Amino acid sequence: MLAKIHVTFKEGVLDPQGKTVHHALNDLGYDEVLDVHIGKYLEVKLDSVSEEEAEIRVREMCERLLANTVIESFRFKLVSTE
Amino acid sequence: MKCGIVVFPGSNCDHDCYHILKEILNQETHWLWHKDEVDLSSFDLIVLPGGFSYGDYLRAGAISRFSPVMNSVIRFAENGGKVLGICNGFQILLESGLLPGALMQNHTRKFICKNVYVRVESSETPFTQKCNDKSVLEIPIAHHQGSYYIDPHSLSDLEEKGQILFRYCDAKGDISESSNPNGSVGSVAGLCNEQKNVMGMMPHPERCADPLWTNIDGQSIFQSLISQS
Repeated sequence: MLAKIHVTFKEGVLDPQGKTVHHALNDLGYDEVLDVHIGKYLEVKLDSVSEEEAEIRVREMCERLLANTVIESFRFKLVSTE
Repeated sequence: MKCGIVVFPGSNCDHDCYHILKEILNQETHWLWHKDEVDLSSFDLIVLPGGFSYGDYLRAGAISRFSPVMNSVIRFAENGGKVLGICNGFQILLESGLLPGALMQNHTRKFICKNVYVRVESSETPFTQKCNDKSVLEIPIAHHQGSYYIDPHSLSDLEEKGQILFRYCDAKGDISESSNPNGSVGSVAGLCNEQKNVMGMMPHPERCADPLWTNIDGQSIFQSLISQS
């Protein structure tokens, strides 16, 4: 089982990197770009757990370590690797 | 005063703190290794120094907060012991939940290393009692992830409870956007918990506390702590 995890800043938290890339894209002529958010992508490989169990464990991993929930939110997908 | 300085892998201001407390201010000072969970009840002050613990991987302080020594530090703080976190130490205190809020990348997206001015917002804490209210201290900063963030409601809560101890300002003590080096909300440079025994700050008082240098503004923080032990 593989957990594909995205961690991004919460709505309303300033993302200076995203803002800079947003301006750079506009400067390159991509005027349709309205906003850019930069976050982290993590792949966590899991050993022999059920999907229900993985769902609970990965959520806990995100809350305890992988995301700082004061400023970041997370979402993840579980993918079978068998 | 019996002081403990925690050494994490990647701490690099630990020796500066040790030098100031032990050699300059003549306090009994001990090293505390990050892997050791020990009884800290005989200590008066624990310092979490600056640096790049665990390479700042994931987020500054995110991994260090799970070091065995942090269990001891959290217990020590819960029993009213005084904890001072400087720069990376401040980041660790926030990640561990001993202080509220978070530190983010500077809004300039650059590492900033320079002298800044901070205004003392409250002298009614063990960390600032030797400072005058609204006095201005010149203390260096050196960080990439020092932009303090907390939601507006919690920020006013901190203000009401007198938990904001330092704000970035200019030489006269005026606070404006241009005197805020990293984009911190409310220009917050340092704050304490509600019980006022845990304090974290981004500026480095240990870098301006040795009389060999012209600026010893940082001494007032250490002297405040010494005067009540």
